[in-house]
Amino acid sequence: MHSLRRFMKTIKIEYFAILRERAGMAGESLLTEAATPAELYAELAEKHGFPAFESVKVAINDEFGDWNAALHDADSVVFIPPVAGG
Amino acid sequence: MSDFRIQSVALASETERQALASPTCGGFVSFEGWVRNLNEGQEVRRLEYQAYEALALKEGSRIIAEAAEKYPIEQAVCVHRVGELEIGDLAVWVGVSAGHRDEAFKACRYIIDEVKHRVPIWKKEHYVSGDSGWVNCEQCATHAHDHAANAAD
Repeated sequence: MHSLRRFMKTIKIEYFAILRERAGMAGESLLTEAATPAELYAELAEKHGFPAFESVKVAINDEFGDWNAALHDADSVVFIPPVAGG
Repeated sequence: MSDFRIQSVALASETERQALASPTCGGFVSFEGWVRNLNEGQEVRRLEYQAYEALALKEGSRIIAEAAEKYPIEQAVCVHRVGELEIGDLAVWVGVSAGHRDEAFKACRYIIDEVKHRVPIWKKEHYVSGDSGWVNCEQCATHAHDHAANAAD
């Protein structure tokens, strides 16, 4: 498998629930080299002290996405910790 | 009006029910989720719901569409609250109208079960003790943290 090409991109991130509290903000725009949501989460986990959830999901541009999908400039990303509606 | 809605004002179940009335329906089933004063041994004082609305609306509508695909119902609606809720408040309302009762029961059950598991809505409980926590998040985060602490194993 080819490794994903690294380039700087601006990603818009929105935070909810426990991640919003840990980050201390509702969202941010981040200039990053992260190639995938998995890499982005690792970068943000270090920056904000996010927990390493076993079952967190990811959304890219307001649709459920894959942790290993390629991120593009201007994508919006939301990490979804375990939900509790109802 | 959409079949899955999120609102920050009080839910009016009677208004929602009337909107589903139909002369071709012989059955109507609804489910109301209420704010309870106890969860896992802790006394709850109030609740706070937060939604990732853009995706929650899409996923909620998909669930309603799936229910209509699986069961021969006429109409189904689900409304979920966000914001601050007190004990006894209505947090979620599901209503299904159908020609007959069996499919109305089944579709209603399907919708509430799927909504709870799939729609990006989070609940924060504020306890009488003064503590608070995001349901399903705090424990698994603590658990994951313990793993991280032992990552050198």
